[in-house]
Amino acid sequence: MKPASHHAQNTYIGGHIERVEDYRFLRGEGQYLDDVSRPGQWHAAFLRSPIAHGRIRKIDASAALVMAGVHAVVTANDIEGDIPTIPFRRPNPTIGPYAQPIIAREKVRYFGEPVAMVLAESAELAEDALAAIVLDIETLPPVIEREAAMSDKVLLFEDVKTNVPTVFNADKGDADAAFAAADYVIRDTFYTQRQTALPMETRGLLAEWDAKLGKLSVSGAAKLPFFNRKAMAKMMKLPEEAVDYIELDVGGGFGARGEFYPEDYLVAFGARKFGHPVKWIEDRREHLMAIGHSRECSSDVELAFRKDGVILGMRGSLYINIGAYVRPNGMTPVRNAAQFMSGPYRVPAIHLDAYAFVSNKTPAGTYRGPGRYEGCFFIERLMDQAAAGLGIDRLEIRRRNLLTHTEMPYPLATVLPSDGRAETQCDSGHHLEPFELVVHDSKWAEKSALQGTLIDGRYHGIAIGSFIEGGASGPQENVRMELHADGKVGLYAGSSAIGQGLETILSQIAADYLELPMDRIVVFHGSTTYLKEGWGSFGSRATVMGGSAVLDAAKKFLAAFRTHAAARLGVTIEEVTVSEGVARTADGRSVPLSEVIADGINVDGSFKNQTPTYTYGSSFAHVAVDAGTGHVEIVDYVVADDVGRIINSMTLHGQVMGAAVQGFGSVFSEELVYNDEGQLMVGSLADYLVPLASDYPVVRCHSLENWPSPTNPLGAKGAGEGGIIPVGGVVANAVANALSSFGVKPNVLPLSPSRVWEMIEDARAKV
Amino acid sequence: MKVTFTVNGAAVSADVTPRMTLADCLRHELHLTGTHIGCEHGVCGACTVIVNGDAVRGCLMLAVQAQGASVTTVEGLSLEEGLTPLQEAFKHHHALQCGFCTPGMLTTLHALLSEEPDASEERIRDVISGNICRCTGYVPIIEAALDARASYQQARGDK
Repeated sequence: MKPASHHAQNTYIGGHIERVEDYRFLRGEGQYLDDVSRPGQWHAAFLRSPIAHGRIRKIDASAALVMAGVHAVVTANDIEGDIPTIPFRRPNPTIGPYAQPIIAREKVRYFGEPVAMVLAESAELAEDALAAIVLDIETLPPVIEREAAMSDKVLLFEDVKTNVPTVFNADKGDADAAFAAADYVIRDTFYTQRQTALPMETRGLLAEWDAKLGKLSVSGAAKLPFFNRKAMAKMMKLPEEAVDYIELDVGGGFGARGEFYPEDYLVAFGARKFGHPVKWIEDRREHLMAIGHSRECSSDVELAFRKDGVILGMRGSLYINIGAYVRPNGMTPVRNAAQFMSGPYRVPAIHLDAYAFVSNKTPAGTYRGPGRYEGCFFIERLMDQAAAGLGIDRLEIRRRNLLTHTEMPYPLATVLPSDGRAETQCDSGHHLEPFELVVHDSKWAEKSALQGTLIDGRYHGIAIGSFIEGGASGPQENVRMELHADGKVGLYAGSSAIGQGLETILSQIAADYLELPMDRIVVFHGSTTYLKEGWGSFGSRATVMGGSAVLDAAKKFLAAFRTHAAARLGVTIEEVTVSEGVARTADGRSVPLSEVIADGINVDGSFKNQTPTYTYGSSFAHVAVDAGTGHVEIVDYVVADDVGRIINSMTLHGQVMGAAVQGFGSVFSEELVYNDEGQLMVGSLADYLVPLASDYPVVRCHSLENWPSPTNPLGAKGAGEGGIIPVGGVVANAVANALSSFGVKPNVLPLSPSRVWEMIEDARAKV
Repeated sequence: MKVTFTVNGAAVSADVTPRMTLADCLRHELHLTGTHIGCEHGVCGACTVIVNGDAVRGCLMLAVQAQGASVTTVEGLSLEEGLTPLQEAFKHHHALQCGFCTPGMLTTLHALLSEEPDASEERIRDVISGNICRCTGYVPIIEAALDARASYQQARGDK
């Protein structure tokens, strides 16, 4: 468990390596956005629509403007010309009209939409002034749920005439023929509730405008600073080089932080217009209505089987409530839900229609395992119901359908219209391996006797399920490697840190390939000032894409070292070998790295790859359900995945476990509830219930590296999201198993105590 | 209003508005930014500081209420250099990822283990359930706290 010391090549990769980031975090020396201030800075606060759907009649800020300490109020009327809309990360042909304007001008479309920004001497004074702005909105009928939205009776965008921006079709083989030939079909409807990622640090930005240089600097970048720089430059009508995004320490991301939000533009606009640095940081209530929501998906899906339990086909419809606008990454969960619902199973024929519909709720984006968590819930519920219907053991039906290494690479359904990811395939693996590991470690055989039994007033149930996780999002990542004057190697990465331990991971990889101790590597990351171009950290990509770019740079770094050493030694490059920071000739002469500092080493590395990796695995839950209260206890939970190649066993374990526990919040307690008027009823962490330390004490994780990814030189796969993906399906199946004597079907999440209690009471009433 | 109290062993005074919270005073007036603000309504525990020996939510206490008190923040729990046994245990068990909740975890656990160096796992879980962490799943935080007990037991023995 001790940090590995440097002995020889490749001692860091794969090790249990303590993190280099931790020292400053543990001493309270992290520098998060609100820890940074600038002289003369103003503070921003946002007036947000209190109405879900309406027409703005009047905004009168005159009373606010005369308040002490208030410098300015910005509304849509202060923006010259058309209101800029936020660019899409994955455009498709029909979503253009649904892009989010950076401030509401004529219409408001969700509770919380920015309508004005106050700039004041302090955050408190800016917030005080919000209350003095008179906002007159004519209310329109709100569109909240699927039926109302898809009827198109009330339109959010009158010009486009439909509330459905896109229908994605996922296809493979002939699904109708598969169903015609089936011995058995199971069909059901499901729902996963609206949630959000909820990082512990709320969102914020600090924007500075240098009028002399014509340069904008935005601190508080996360996830994809280079894309956001392009987006900001385009909307601001500035050259890209005139915009810098600066990454500070980031208090969690999970897919939601770091996308381009309307406030990002407005804060920068304020800094540019008034020539003062402008800082803004959300409070928690604001966070809940402003940051991307996710997961609100209902479905009507069916699976066709042969009588021996082999899957023949999958068919159905998915309906995703994406909220009021299509945000930059708003369609990714929709596409993913359709593309990945077959998950780890061999499904030869697929036809799914995934409808994205707009509503008067906060616009949606990604949250860890986007679309995959939802799809996994649907198919795992169907698998357990099919096992019962066919009279086949729940393990056995899965063994007959899980993908094996002989089928790799295994193509998934093709999704159209294409957003650049129409086709994809599982890259490597043998899905039975983590499955059998979980069967064994969970003591399935022993626990089988528990199924549905009542022990001390609680019903016990078990379940197992499997998942795939996409990673290594393309197209490229860059790093620069430079020999510093102190003899250390500076690594400037396009990848960004969102709390996942990026500095440690990239240091490990660089140290191994340069054959240097880890403390000789210093990682700089995430800011657009370090590199001409970079991509960032999204879609579980930093380790694979950033790490592979580090390998490329390390190779070039060592070549440059050899060249300099050869010149100093007066020999040809071929006569020099390099190891452990020393260049040597066959006759015993040597030059250490520190001696070529004056010669300068500064090399660029990159890695291009459009082929995602697919980590895969299985998980097990043992639950005990109190029929009197509806409370569900997780008695045991085991998850195993195969990540291709483990870079740091400690941080990997942390990702898998942390994701699993987030998943328990998804299953049991987290829900962004709206009322019929479209008011968000969740305003604090006392309403939005994330897991606490006392809730889920037993989680066990195992990671394998049996099947390296062929897509990258490390053989690694993205592994930051998989832990959350199977939790919904597996826990719901365990609850169904526990309550089998009642015949309940937990097809609607979350399984809050009240919902579980109601399911039981409804079942009792039917008897 | 002027308020005078002790922070991390040093006497401090600040000119504050009556509505300023202790957390904002520490962060913005005294520039001790290790104390983080996660919710401002007393639920998440990120702003926990130690006031006269007790773990207290810095966002639920007004700065003026600290008059004459002794306040310890995460900076005050840290050594000139290196890590304390509690911090070391967090690092060793990977009990932090993004680090944002960590100062509140450390202050809460320091207050608990200083009083109760033999605290059971159940007791630790119960107390730390007032602090939200979104990254780790808590299991490693509990492991770190259990590991750190030895140093607090030793400190008690040394007294």
